[in-house]
Amino acid sequence: MSVTISNPSGSGACDAPVHDRTFDRAIGECGLWPLTAGSVETLQINVGRLCNQGCRHCHWDAGPTRTEVMSKRIFMACLAALDKSGTVTTVDLTGGAPELNPHFRWFVTECRQRGLRVIDRCNLTVLLEPGQEDTVQFLASERVEIAASLPHLREPNSDRQRGVGTFRKSIEAFRKLNDVGYGDGRSGLRLVLVTNPGGAYLPGSQKSLESEWKRELERLYGLHFDALHCLTNMPLGRFRLWLESSGNLALYLDRLVDAFNPKAAANVMCRHLVSVGWDGRLFDCDFNQALEIPLDKSVSSTITDFDARGLAGRRIMTGDHCFGCTAGCGSSCRGTVA
Amino acid sequence: MGSQYYDSKDLARFSDIGNNRPDLAEKFFEWYDATLAEGSLSAREKALIALAVAHALQCPYCIDAFSRDCLEKGADLDQMTEAVHVSACVRAGAALVHGVQMRKHVEKVQM
Repeated sequence: MSVTISNPSGSGACDAPVHDRTFDRAIGECGLWPLTAGSVETLQINVGRLCNQGCRHCHWDAGPTRTEVMSKRIFMACLAALDKSGTVTTVDLTGGAPELNPHFRWFVTECRQRGLRVIDRCNLTVLLEPGQEDTVQFLASERVEIAASLPHLREPNSDRQRGVGTFRKSIEAFRKLNDVGYGDGRSGLRLVLVTNPGGAYLPGSQKSLESEWKRELERLYGLHFDALHCLTNMPLGRFRLWLESSGNLALYLDRLVDAFNPKAAANVMCRHLVSVGWDGRLFDCDFNQALEIPLDKSVSSTITDFDARGLAGRRIMTGDHCFGCTAGCGSSCRGTVA
Repeated sequence: MGSQYYDSKDLARFSDIGNNRPDLAEKFFEWYDATLAEGSLSAREKALIALAVAHALQCPYCIDAFSRDCLEKGADLDQMTEAVHVSACVRAGAALVHGVQMRKHVEKVQM
């Protein structure tokens, strides 16, 4: 059987035979099939597709013209779910650009009042958008952890992925974060940088890149951060379209399969996470959400009937796109996992 | 002879060199992996050296493999281009320094 990974953006499944190995077979060979979840520790909320950028690697096709945005009603259902969950300690906000959602600040404040750790997956440049002038101060006052995406520490490499001029804007926003204490290692305001490769290859060693980025960003710009997370590009959405048009798709899928790492498979983040869509539907992860792969039928499928106890122990819905999280040192929203 | 003597798909068959004498191949691959692992030199520095050597040897398999390896070790195109120039100028220097040999010969035989 050959691997096919379907595409949420509408161009259908890949017909190119890639590898005589499916993800379920791969995890079966290391005793992990069926993959099951533990307790739900993180609620990852995708607040919508609206973004001020249109990055070439985005698995969501997010951008300035997207209209799918989480409503206050769904946010309130998220709060109700958090109140009754008993196990969720972290709220991980992603998008799109979460800060552009009109209910972002209200929701963050509500979460922080409940003592929850809040992570904002920030693209940096959004902090310079009109209407966002005091967002940095707001995030610092609520002690929100920032996971800031920055593809590369050199301008041409970064701009190739996110658009001309975005690197300089990112550095300017980065400086604003440093100015209020983010990334100084003392204030407790945690700033994590998130990078992903600029093409059809796996990310480098997180440990060695982190020390290089810390040294170079300090030397070149006087900037500081706490940690670097290296993520693998998922062959979905806009990145998949580029893989197809550049003739790299089969090569890249093969690379992901060849680099399957059982240690990474044992630590995939979906085991302790539930992903909420902008419309309130629940998924095992943001990628399953992009592919519209619903949760196992035996558990609650929307945030309004969220049941943390029932979700713990659920069977995780896997597919061959999961090779993207298990290649090499593994990939998750908290960086490498093996 | 086919239209392409080198086929990039053959790189995936590298382990076939272990057919017939797996004991020798095992020694080679063990040595190879140990040499390219992180050590006093970083894994990226070693990948860049390997890329430079690949160009000196003009091995298409090695160029493909170490181009990807360099990227996956976090190198960028500036660094990889510099490595290729190191390879090229050492090769050029090696040719030019033989000019001394040429001069010595000419000095000996010429009145």
